[in-house]
Amino acid sequence: MTTKILQHREGPHEIAHNADAKALFGFWIYIMSDCLLFASIFATYAVLHNSTFGGPSAHELFSMPFVLIETLILLASSFTYGLVTLYAHHHNSKSKVMFWLIITFLLGIAFLTMEVTEFSKLLGEGNGWDRSAFLSAFFTLVGTHGLHVTAGLLWMGSLFAQVLQHGITSVTVRKLSVLGLFWHFLDIVWIFIFTFVYLMGAI
Amino acid sequence: MTNDFKVVDEQLEAGRRAIGSYISGFVLSVVFTLIPYYIVVNHLFGAQGLVIATVIFGVIQLLVQVVFFLHLNKKSKPHWNMVVFFYTLLIVAFLVIGSLWIMYHLNYNMMGVSPFKTNEGYIPQ
Repeated sequence: MTTKILQHREGPHEIAHNADAKALFGFWIYIMSDCLLFASIFATYAVLHNSTFGGPSAHELFSMPFVLIETLILLASSFTYGLVTLYAHHHNSKSKVMFWLIITFLLGIAFLTMEVTEFSKLLGEGNGWDRSAFLSAFFTLVGTHGLHVTAGLLWMGSLFAQVLQHGITSVTVRKLSVLGLFWHFLDIVWIFIFTFVYLMGAI
Repeated sequence: MTNDFKVVDEQLEAGRRAIGSYISGFVLSVVFTLIPYYIVVNHLFGAQGLVIATVIFGVIQLLVQVVFFLHLNKKSKPHWNMVVFFYTLLIVAFLVIGSLWIMYHLNYNMMGVSPFKTNEGYIPQ
């Protein structure tokens, strides 16, 4: 009887594992609520994308090769972040984790730089968010994604410092997996922006 | 001791499977980005066909990302992840389709003003 009860007690390993699962699930629910935020901005864009108020439409504004490169950079960063979680979980290799974190960070910076370049070009041509309802919706949608990417990059920098200081521990691995969910989620949101804003706009 | 080796072996094996999943996910997502891009830029079909094609590739792309990067599949351990995911998809569908439906009818019923020429809610002289 006693042995049975003892066997069913959770060891420190299981407790840590359960804490990980809970943290990931909690963050997953946050991401789903973020999905709702993006869904409402997407709906706004879908409703307003033709309300150009005599100004330029999506068809005239966007440079498609530029956006394609932006998309490929973000896809690549999602892949390199996958390698970060992989080396953290299965190989326990601090140097490789830090290497791929830096690569992901640089790709994120490149993506953000391209987005800011596009925004400043639009603003410089007088096609800011105050030009038409379409452009307000466009800047809100793409800008919100950009803010998320910025937050993700700051978070990545802080995790880099933590891995540098503490190495690969159960705590840093958990934090890395949570940021992984966030980063892949941002990639998915961008896929939708690419499809519904840029590709649909070019038709 | 043997047990420890077995654990390490299993971890490396899981690692190999994981890297395979990330590589195939990356290749597939690049392919499913390039195909709709090519189709749209070269205007391979009529407008209607292009819209349908981009939406289909967008959905495939979503599935690729969710399965290969987020690793959400039938074997996902906490089934609540799946439940929350599908519930969110439902709410997102209500939100997006509902907004478009309502606003379309609103524009239809205000036929006097073409929605293409206005800022929503503001009617120029």
